[in-house]
Amino acid sequence: MALTISVLALTLLSALWAVMTRSLMRSVIGLAATSVCVTALMFALGANLAAVFELSVCAGLITVVFVSTVAMTQPASSEELHERTRTHLRRYWPLPLILLAIGTLLAVLLPGAEIALPPPGEASDAREVLWTERQTDILGQVAVILAGVFGVIVLFKERK
Amino acid sequence: MDAVTILKAYWFFIVPLMIAGVYCLVATRNFIRLLIGLEIITKAVTLLIVVAGYASGRLALAQSLVITLIVVEVVVISVAAGIVQCVYGLNESLDIRKTRNLKG
Repeated sequence: MALTISVLALTLLSALWAVMTRSLMRSVIGLAATSVCVTALMFALGANLAAVFELSVCAGLITVVFVSTVAMTQPASSEELHERTRTHLRRYWPLPLILLAIGTLLAVLLPGAEIALPPPGEASDAREVLWTERQTDILGQVAVILAGVFGVIVLFKERK
Repeated sequence: MDAVTILKAYWFFIVPLMIAGVYCLVATRNFIRLLIGLEIITKAVTLLIVVAGYASGRLALAQSLVITLIVVEVVVISVAAGIVQCVYGLNESLDIRKTRNLKG
């Protein structure tokens, strides 16, 4: 359990680093680190198939998409970033405190003393569930992928 | 270890993770950072689904839901990254306030 808590803390720290750091590239690296930590937690819980997807798609593919987007756009200069950070801190300093208070309240109140867990279901394979019980999900996935492909084609179509 | 204890331990880290994502969405004006905030919230939700599946003994179902979530996530991010690049081509900026010229 100590190892799990350490990985959970590492997940939170890398996510906070991704949010707070000034450089966009470092943010993307922080996000990839968060994905890797989530993968480790999934393996620890026994969700191996989902962990493999998370590692290859989220920590791999999405990081590549973010890095190429950052590389294709021009980041702001360091003076601009410094000025923005100062304005940002002046404007939003109470926000983390408010969110932290709400979060603490949620963390304490919601998973109350009695969590009624349903009786354990039939242990089966994830692939079996996906192909037999959740076939509509697969149709949805195909539709979403097609929509994404058409979206990207339309976005990058050469204008005449 | 008891499933409820594990669920609670994860819950105490998932909520701040979600808050970090919400903070990123609310406070930033940069398009790419907005997507990063969205990704962090998705990570928290993914973790919550897996741990809920583990605690309820339905890990296979949770995994199939997570796979669907990951597919949707990658499509959303790819299309959003394309939109970011197009908007940058129009405005030479990643500031979301400058996208008001797209109105109408």
